[in-house]
Amino acid sequence: MTQVLSPADAVVDMVGVTMEFPGVMALDGVDFRMYPGEVHSLMGENGAGKSTLIKVLTGVYTATAGDMHLAGSKVSFSTPAQAQDAGISTVYQEVNLLPNLSVAENIMLGREPRRFGSLDWHAMRRRAAELLEGLNLDIDPGSLLGSHSIAIQQLVAIARAVDVNATVLILDEPTSSLDTDEVAELFRVIRTLKEQGCAILFVSHFLDQVYEIADRLTILRNGRLVGEYRTEEILKIDLVQKMIGKEMASFSELEQRHRESEEEIAGTGIPFLEAKGLGRRGAIRPVDFSIDEGEVVGLAGLLGSGRTEIARLLGGIDRADSGTSEVNGKAVKLTSPRKALSKRIAFASEDRRGEGIVGDLSVRDNIALALQIERGWYRPISPKRVTELAQHYIDALNIRPADPHALVRNLSGGNQQKVLLARWLAVAPRLLILDEPTRGIDIGAKAEIQKLVFNLAENGMSVLYISAELEEVLRLSHRVGVMRDRHMVSMVENDSLSVEDLLALIAEGSEDEDEKDVVA
Amino acid sequence: MSAQLRNFTGSRVFWPVVILVGLIIVDVIAFPGFLDITVKEGHLFGAPIDILRNGAPTLLIAVGMTLVIATRGIDLSVGSIAAISGAVVSALLLNSPTPDNPWTVVQAVGIALILGFILGVWNGTLVAYLKIQPIIATLILMTAGRGVAMLITEGQILTLHSKPFEWFGSGFIAGFPVAVVIAAVVLILTMLVVRRSALGMFIESVGINPEASRQAGIRSRGLLLGIYAFCALLAALAGLIITSDQTAADANNTGLFIELDAILAVVIGGTSLMGGRFSLIGTLVGVLVIQTLVTTVYIVGIPPVATMVFKAIVVIAVSLLQSPTTNEKFANWRKDRRRPTPTKAIEPTREKVSA
Repeated sequence: MTQVLSPADAVVDMVGVTMEFPGVMALDGVDFRMYPGEVHSLMGENGAGKSTLIKVLTGVYTATAGDMHLAGSKVSFSTPAQAQDAGISTVYQEVNLLPNLSVAENIMLGREPRRFGSLDWHAMRRRAAELLEGLNLDIDPGSLLGSHSIAIQQLVAIARAVDVNATVLILDEPTSSLDTDEVAELFRVIRTLKEQGCAILFVSHFLDQVYEIADRLTILRNGRLVGEYRTEEILKIDLVQKMIGKEMASFSELEQRHRESEEEIAGTGIPFLEAKGLGRRGAIRPVDFSIDEGEVVGLAGLLGSGRTEIARLLGGIDRADSGTSEVNGKAVKLTSPRKALSKRIAFASEDRRGEGIVGDLSVRDNIALALQIERGWYRPISPKRVTELAQHYIDALNIRPADPHALVRNLSGGNQQKVLLARWLAVAPRLLILDEPTRGIDIGAKAEIQKLVFNLAENGMSVLYISAELEEVLRLSHRVGVMRDRHMVSMVENDSLSVEDLLALIAEGSEDEDEKDVVA
Repeated sequence: MSAQLRNFTGSRVFWPVVILVGLIIVDVIAFPGFLDITVKEGHLFGAPIDILRNGAPTLLIAVGMTLVIATRGIDLSVGSIAAISGAVVSALLLNSPTPDNPWTVVQAVGIALILGFILGVWNGTLVAYLKIQPIIATLILMTAGRGVAMLITEGQILTLHSKPFEWFGSGFIAGFPVAVVIAAVVLILTMLVVRRSALGMFIESVGINPEASRQAGIRSRGLLLGIYAFCALLAALAGLIITSDQTAADANNTGLFIELDAILAVVIGGTSLMGGRFSLIGTLVGVLVIQTLVTTVYIVGIPPVATMVFKAIVVIAVSLLQSPTTNEKFANWRKDRRRPTPTKAIEPTREKVSA
């Protein structure tokens, strides 16, 4: 702290904030400060307490202990509305807007302009249009929010937060579903707001973005404060070490092993699943697809390119309306998740809250769920066996808190993802379809999950791996399917393929070849 | 011991139990012999036994309702199904030349129960396969069902004279009224089946997150169909007990508003109308609260017409006690009272001393 930043200037000053949930110490005496006109980044693994700290700051939770000062005066929020009135605005990781209302209504919700006591629709549209224009967004304010992609919805959420004239703006994983152009756009807006004296809390798992935009950063680990640093004063490698608290050799080790095993595994060549002309109107054009036993096939493409849609067809989540599939040479109809599971094909959805976890059930029940369903309701797995099973995966996947009886909804996103993985691993699938298994997950958990995928493939499991992060796809896959505009443009062997090669493939032949790429 | 106590006070059943105990205390004060149970000719008699017996039909229906509500559903048609079942059994027995033959009664009861089950399959089909919202789907049978019962009884109140059938309503098994024994057996069997198998987990899973359950491979349509059929079967059984107790089938009044009592009991027992986690023990406590309340109204001497108002007051009390918002406010209030008081209390006195 060489600069003349005294606590008295701080716009947010939290001291000794503690948050305890039944069985979980989410925050343990954390100090946290933000100053006007700075971009501050909150760093930490899943379960480090980032989301909890944000929720305390925004009034979603009331801290068990500790003090919070806002611009010098002591505050204590018990509702998000109080925090918002005090000038704290938030854009959450999962967009919390109303898809069945228009963009303009969403932006102005709760602050609708009125005339003679009734809503002034013209003023509302005009105000929303101005705001969107200010962000250089070409969105019709009258259109339904739900008709836009998640990326656009996120930008609308930011527009809404900006309109509140916040002194503190919190962006929780704002870039996880944005492409490079949109990220640049967002950063432009952030810098404008910063010049206006707004304090911005930027939470992201993308280290490069943090280093590009953040002035200072606070590191949390297991609910405790590790330290507060100026971004230019801490090296990336030191930051990662402080976040996970141990040396990080995993990634390079992984790459090493990948290179070594490439030749052996590529030789197996026994097809597990083959699909011909598989398609669904309005979702994905017919594609041919095959995957060998023990093979990892990656799918790369932009948001909305059809990479999720093809995975959903193979997992039986959506019904194909054309094409045929064969498993081990026998024709199969993958018309429901149950049928796919009976062919030992498991699908882990990218929407883990909506389609994955069962939040009000315990960790152990969530892990045992698919296995129990397979056995049928009348053949219950004994409670002892379920706990053993859960304990096994809690240890193997390093799930925190390591309590089989904790409710899954109280876990952090990364740990929920691991519970979901454990559920599918428990049924011993032969093809595991992972749609964005590492989205919104910190670097340590990412490495663990990737290592796991690697081990599974070595033991003969086929894995279809979808990720927006091309390095990840390249690190793991034997072959990569490239998706564009709802069809598969090519399927390439991954021998020393580079991110640039892949980007070229994704962009190839498209009309605007220049700026289209993917957040890395 | 204290940990167990804390577990109990934190559980969803805690406040309903407190209310129940409170009601019983009021009863004992107003009528000191309230808890007395006498044995006459080997049968148990007394106010507590009456409460159990009068609550038995509601409990039967509430057990089925609990499972339906746990799947995010609701069944409004149970009262009408009870009426149909009572009408069917009465019509069969009245038209039979041998209404006092036990075998005739067994057949009539069997037919009524099967019919109830089929009506439940109808409800389940509308909800699970045609994807009609449960409240609308069961509203159909709620309104139409009374009409069906009227057709069966031809608009008459059918008075019954069948000794074996009257046993349901007024007989005793091991000293306890038959209705109580039936309800207890159904409750215990349901709890065993649901909790010892994986059925309870499946029901909760579907209630909490239907799409995640589907992707995990649950055949939720079959599950829903079975639960609505089970609920209707229990409603038919309740209808038989009510009809036997009144020795008459009244298409207009048998099981009237019983769906509301059952839903109330489920909610008082801590099962959320949003679906998910459910508690059959909670439902039992809920039924006892409602039934004791009705008895209390009589004992304390409030005109019966005011029963509904008192029911409403108890419901408001229980809902408030269980609501997370009130609990949080209450906890904050206690915390605030504990924390700042000492400093504020001490400082002024010091000033006075120094001045």
